[in-house]
Amino acid sequence: MATMTEWLRDPSPASRAQARLGQSYLAWLRMRRNPLAMVGLFIILVLLFIAAFAPWVATHDPLAQNLSQRLLPPGTPGHWLGTDDFGRDIWSRIAYGSRITLYIVTLVAVTAPVIGLAIGTVAGYFGGWVDQVLMRITDIFLAFPRLILALALVAVLGPGIENAVLAIALTAWPPYARVARAETLTVRTSDYIAAVRLQGAGSGRIIWGHVMPMCLPSVIIRVTLDMAGVILIAAGLGFLGLGVQPPTPEWGLMISSGRKFLFEQWWVATMPGLAIFIVSLGFNLLGDGLRDVLDPRSSGK
Amino acid sequence: MTAAPDTPAPPAGPFSGLPRVLRLIAGTALSLAITILGLLLVTFIIGRVVPIDPVLAIVGERATTAQYEATRLALGLDEPMWKQFAIYVGNAVQGDLGQSLRTKREVSADIIRYFPATLELATIATLFGVLVGVPAGVLAATRPGTWVDQIVRIVGLMGYSMPVFWLGLLALLLFYGILGWVGGPGRLDAGFSMMFELDVKQRTGMILIDTALAGEWAMFRNAISHIILPSAVLGYTSMAYISRMTRSFMMNELGQEYITTARVKGMPEWRVVWVHALKNVMVPLITVIALSYAYLLEGSVLTETIFAWPGLGSYITDALFAADMPAVLGGTVVVGVVFVTLNMASDLLYRLVDPRAR
Amino acid sequence: MTLLSVKDLRVTFDTEAGRVEAVRGVSFSLGRERLGIVGESGSGKTMTGRSVLRLIRPPGRIEATEMVFDGTDLMAASEREMRALRGQRIAMVMQDPKYSLNPVMKVGAQLTEGLRLRDGMSAKAAHGKAIEALEAVQIRGPERVMEAYPHELSGGMGQRVMIAMMLIPNPDLLIADEPTSALDVTVQAEVLSILDGLVRDRGMGLIFISHDLRLVGRFCDRVLVMYKGRVVEELEAKNLMQAEHPYTRGLLNCLPRIGGSRAPLPGLDRAAEWAE
Repeated sequence: MATMTEWLRDPSPASRAQARLGQSYLAWLRMRRNPLAMVGLFIILVLLFIAAFAPWVATHDPLAQNLSQRLLPPGTPGHWLGTDDFGRDIWSRIAYGSRITLYIVTLVAVTAPVIGLAIGTVAGYFGGWVDQVLMRITDIFLAFPRLILALALVAVLGPGIENAVLAIALTAWPPYARVARAETLTVRTSDYIAAVRLQGAGSGRIIWGHVMPMCLPSVIIRVTLDMAGVILIAAGLGFLGLGVQPPTPEWGLMISSGRKFLFEQWWVATMPGLAIFIVSLGFNLLGDGLRDVLDPRSSGK
Repeated sequence: MTAAPDTPAPPAGPFSGLPRVLRLIAGTALSLAITILGLLLVTFIIGRVVPIDPVLAIVGERATTAQYEATRLALGLDEPMWKQFAIYVGNAVQGDLGQSLRTKREVSADIIRYFPATLELATIATLFGVLVGVPAGVLAATRPGTWVDQIVRIVGLMGYSMPVFWLGLLALLLFYGILGWVGGPGRLDAGFSMMFELDVKQRTGMILIDTALAGEWAMFRNAISHIILPSAVLGYTSMAYISRMTRSFMMNELGQEYITTARVKGMPEWRVVWVHALKNVMVPLITVIALSYAYLLEGSVLTETIFAWPGLGSYITDALFAADMPAVLGGTVVVGVVFVTLNMASDLLYRLVDPRAR
Repeated sequence: MTLLSVKDLRVTFDTEAGRVEAVRGVSFSLGRERLGIVGESGSGKTMTGRSVLRLIRPPGRIEATEMVFDGTDLMAASEREMRALRGQRIAMVMQDPKYSLNPVMKVGAQLTEGLRLRDGMSAKAAHGKAIEALEAVQIRGPERVMEAYPHELSGGMGQRVMIAMMLIPNPDLLIADEPTSALDVTVQAEVLSILDGLVRDRGMGLIFISHDLRLVGRFCDRVLVMYKGRVVEELEAKNLMQAEHPYTRGLLNCLPRIGGSRAPLPGLDRAAEWAE
């Protein structure tokens, strides 16, 4: 172990892999000293755990109705977060709901940044009219408030989880394109890109092999920070009844169904909201910590 | 800086700046027009792929074929796509966004009725965000790593992480349901509502302004007790955003060399921070504030449903459930246009405020 | 008479990569004379200058067994006392006017700020003094410069404004931190001669920080050569060519000479033991 860390901390690495691993190790060390980021990481790990082991974590079937056990308050034996208006166990529904949240987040995270990265790097690298046109399109999409465009899209496509994901992804890519373009502009004229070009590399290879990797750190940070926003928009769509349909235990939908008894049975709406809040806080804390660690421009300030 | 070392660049006089300002405004207007055209294209495309037959939606199921055809022609649906789009843009420019299926009124007339309520809510929320967010961000930046910084950071991150509709529900539960400190959903108590509709001249549609102008102070106070909760809930999000950005801009400025200069001159710390640094921070902060104002339009969709606030957000969601596509798309266009205009206005302002960009 | 005496000054930064000592035990004293501090970038010369004003930002820390300016113990002085010294009695001209002047404040506002705020001078009187100061640094058309923003000035102009601003309160000690390095070569000499004249006329002490050994040799009475946070050699400027320390000799040898040999300039030797 000691030799391992020594190898990682070697100020003059012998190989590219060692240098990279060493950098990641140092980043991890810096990250570990940021308690808030560690809390965020912990929250996300717990979320992953609950989603993976939902059948074991949950105490009840999330869909099983039991009308004799309606609206039990938290702390009731067997239902420690209480039950909803159909007598379903809220904790079990939240546990299964984590799968839906993760599903949406993952789908958006693998689509939107890819679109954005492609558009941003191409626009930034070629400049000129390509840049003008692509950025104009980006601006148009940025011009719509995300939730409202997503609302309009879902209204057209019809409610449902896939349509919600599609709507969110279609509204989420422009910021990535902006970030990637800005990043590309700073490296485009750098000497090492000129050197690669002199070696005869084509535009495609330069963008793929040399420009995109430079944009990745900022895009990854952006993704982590954006995940919270994605969760909130998904929950908002669910809350309005435009996302996942009942009786699926989606958190936003659960809040919406608990809204009717807000003043009498507060927990029905409060508990799933707490879950949304904690998870998106986790992503925000982690993204924040990642930015401090990975973004060289913000370090040392 | 090619000027000879001895001759200063001519200072920007009142008239030398004018054509440049006009140029800037013209450029911004052009790019605004292009963006809005793109926006209309997007809503046009969305409107065309709707699985709802727009003709059928108007004439109803029992219309004759002749009636159906007449409406189809009246809507211009037999024209080629590009021409339909041209008609759509032409109508939109003249303020004609079609007819709402739900209210049977012009969508633009509806929006004019609903928009002031949203504007009022968003404005008060932004005020809250700026008045709390900017000082909080500055305080955090001047004491990095201390508990003040941590609290600002955590409170800010919480604002980022809370579903605004959930926060609204909790606030309603606590401050209205349990404590009874504020008015509940709606813009006024039921008793005042009727009076407002009948007795108060609605000059602006904004309830605080209208009641104040009419001298209806009891109603004014009641309106305040109703607006305070939704605007605080909405403002919390914008406060989170503004305080974070202020902190980050401020940290950046405080590391600049001119700050050292001010300190070398023996300037007290308050002046270094609140004058020297803040003047520089205000430049990018203008954009942030305009942006957060625009984002509030979005947050208002969910907040308005919670607080039964009769604004644009409520209008759009109600239309959505009635499958009233002209109203949904009309609302989307209006929000989009306001959003873009705010964005570009902030950009313009930025360039006017920053002497370097002149 | 000693104006400033510094003994065993240390500046340390606690960073993630461990403790970095930027200045490690520097001692010197200064009368109303010109002291040059020379070294490469990273040698700690700038940190030494800023320590005198106690303007090292956290996480940096200043330690010294003694740092006394004209009878005031700088290590024990309160922040309020330091503020009274800064600007008023010790001033500093920094490298690049592009960064050291506030970009969104008019030159006039920056020049008169101290007079108005600290001395409670009227706007008119302060304006008059600022104009005087600009004239003293040979700026023509000072009224126009007062109304300009820093980015509207050339580098040489900006640096003259900076010098004027720092000299308005007639300080006893001026720290000039690479005052000409960011300027065009053609302007450098002019700015230097202005600085030279003002410092001479007003009889103030000067700490001139530079990486340019020749320049410092011409301009100063005494020279400290710094390497990795330490003073490796202290000598009279006129004896510069007789420097004994290999590092100083190295610095001298890597300067090109007109009519000298055309062979590549020798690289600079850096032996680890000099830093000890």
